[in-house]
Amino acid sequence: MEKSYIVKQISIFSENRPGRLAAIAGALRDAGINIFAFSIAEADGFGVVRALVDRPEDAHRTLTDLGFRVSFTDVIGVKMRDEPGGLSEIASILGDAGINIEYAYAYSGRDGAVLILRVDQAEDAVRQILARGGELLKASLSQ
Amino acid sequence: MAPWNPRTEEMPPDELRRLQYKLAKSLVYRLYSFNEFYRRRMKEENVHPDDIRALEDVAKLPFMYKRDLRDGYPDKIFSAEKNELVRYHVSSGTTGKPTVVGYTERDIENWSESLARGFSSCGLGRGDVIQVSYGYGLFTGGLGAHYGAERVGATVLPTSVGNTERQVELMQDLHVTAIACTPSYLLHMGEVAEKMGVSIKNDTDLRMGFLGAEPWSEQMRARIQDWLGIRAYDIYGTSELSGPMFTECTEQQGIHVWGDLALVEIIDPATGEVLEPGEQGELTITMLQKEALPMVRYRIGDLTALEEGTCACGRTHPRIGRIRGRVDDMLIVRGINVFPSQVEHALLEIPEVGKHFQIVVDRKGALDSMLVRVEVSEGAFSDKITDLMVIKRKVEHRLRSSLNVSVDVELVEPGTLPRFEGKSKKVVDRRSL
Repeated sequence: MEKSYIVKQISIFSENRPGRLAAIAGALRDAGINIFAFSIAEADGFGVVRALVDRPEDAHRTLTDLGFRVSFTDVIGVKMRDEPGGLSEIASILGDAGINIEYAYAYSGRDGAVLILRVDQAEDAVRQILARGGELLKASLSQ
Repeated sequence: MAPWNPRTEEMPPDELRRLQYKLAKSLVYRLYSFNEFYRRRMKEENVHPDDIRALEDVAKLPFMYKRDLRDGYPDKIFSAEKNELVRYHVSSGTTGKPTVVGYTERDIENWSESLARGFSSCGLGRGDVIQVSYGYGLFTGGLGAHYGAERVGATVLPTSVGNTERQVELMQDLHVTAIACTPSYLLHMGEVAEKMGVSIKNDTDLRMGFLGAEPWSEQMRARIQDWLGIRAYDIYGTSELSGPMFTECTEQQGIHVWGDLALVEIIDPATGEVLEPGEQGELTITMLQKEALPMVRYRIGDLTALEEGTCACGRTHPRIGRIRGRVDDMLIVRGINVFPSQVEHALLEIPEVGKHFQIVVDRKGALDSMLVRVEVSEGAFSDKITDLMVIKRKVEHRLRSSLNVSVDVELVEPGTLPRFEGKSKKVVDRRSL
């Protein structure tokens, strides 16, 4: 049950220099893979590109074949109302549930807004959020 | 493995030293009489052939250097007539002029004999197929290994360097059992093979490699042996000695330097004094039987030490340890001597990063900076920045403690560090620009 809400994010190691994002995005375009959501975390000389895509397995294989260092990470997507107070509502739920966020990013699309979270205990977090009336993105959307 | 030439290879040490003395003395007389370059050098140092009364007296003779060969370009210091030469090899000069090495028929004969002893001490012989993936041509590696392997009755597959996918196919199709190449090229070949879906360990008959022409380490050997399922033997030589000349035996306890062909001294690179067995210093070799291009106390510039005692295999000749680096590859960073081999050693003990690296030395203002670029290994990649920073700091800390100089580490994408099909170029020194 909880598992059906755990979404496979792909994470790609990237050097922090011009053209690297273009190389990753171009590879996904050529493979016909759609990106729903995406973020870049940067550090000293390198970064990690994180993305939710429609075909994670294909994306992983495509990028690995091109020599990229790629991994899957379990994340969850919490749906938000796309209006003032939407994030605040969700943040309260997470706070009340004692869920520690390792990182987060968000997107706002046709079907509303989604907050994507990497947390310590994903299945536990899913249970807590559902119990407090939160609504979660189904993993099947990205399979 | 049974000796190729038992009478010589198992000669009692005293007898070997007497033979070396006899050969050294006649070499010096011959050079003094017939070689203008070396006679002049001896006169400058006030040494006469009559001063050589014991083997130790060789230490009185003047050194020869790479620059002597460059200054003598192309054949001014040769000791043979032109019509006695059967071959030339030319080593590419990375700085200045190339150097030319000439060979008489007997020089080629001794070169082949030397490698035949080495190859057979590792069990190479009739029935083996050896892929020679050293460059053929002006470089000595290809033809040197080729002649030595033919001498012991092995079948030679002269692939030379490059076209790696084809090399992997031939390795499988012709049931290759041995390979001679640089260690970095073998690693590259292993990676190419895996991309082709071929495991060298499981899908080929390869069982041994003669790896050299660049410094490598025990950890690299362990990795190659484990990953590729072969025995990896160190092979040593330089074009000035003839080419690849000496190898380890199955004991893997140092490289046997045949004393009837070469006299080894390890010297302090700063003072020129001869060091004791076990002490690290600059390898210096006198070629006792070389005809066309004589080499007396030639300072090769490689750092190593003489191994103590006799080898468990029963061969009595002196052995040298692994080459630790080049006297002239040595980087001086903020006054500290740094050898790229030390970086390699340190990295091999850190599983979170890969085996390839590049050192970039730069100067900001008056201060040197040293950057080491490494690849995060597959199992260690985490999408959390903090985890990656922990790896970066761990590598920085390890390098700092083994080099005694602070180092910045840059994590780079896999496959972006150079994997050269030849001598590795692992250092970029921007200070000279």
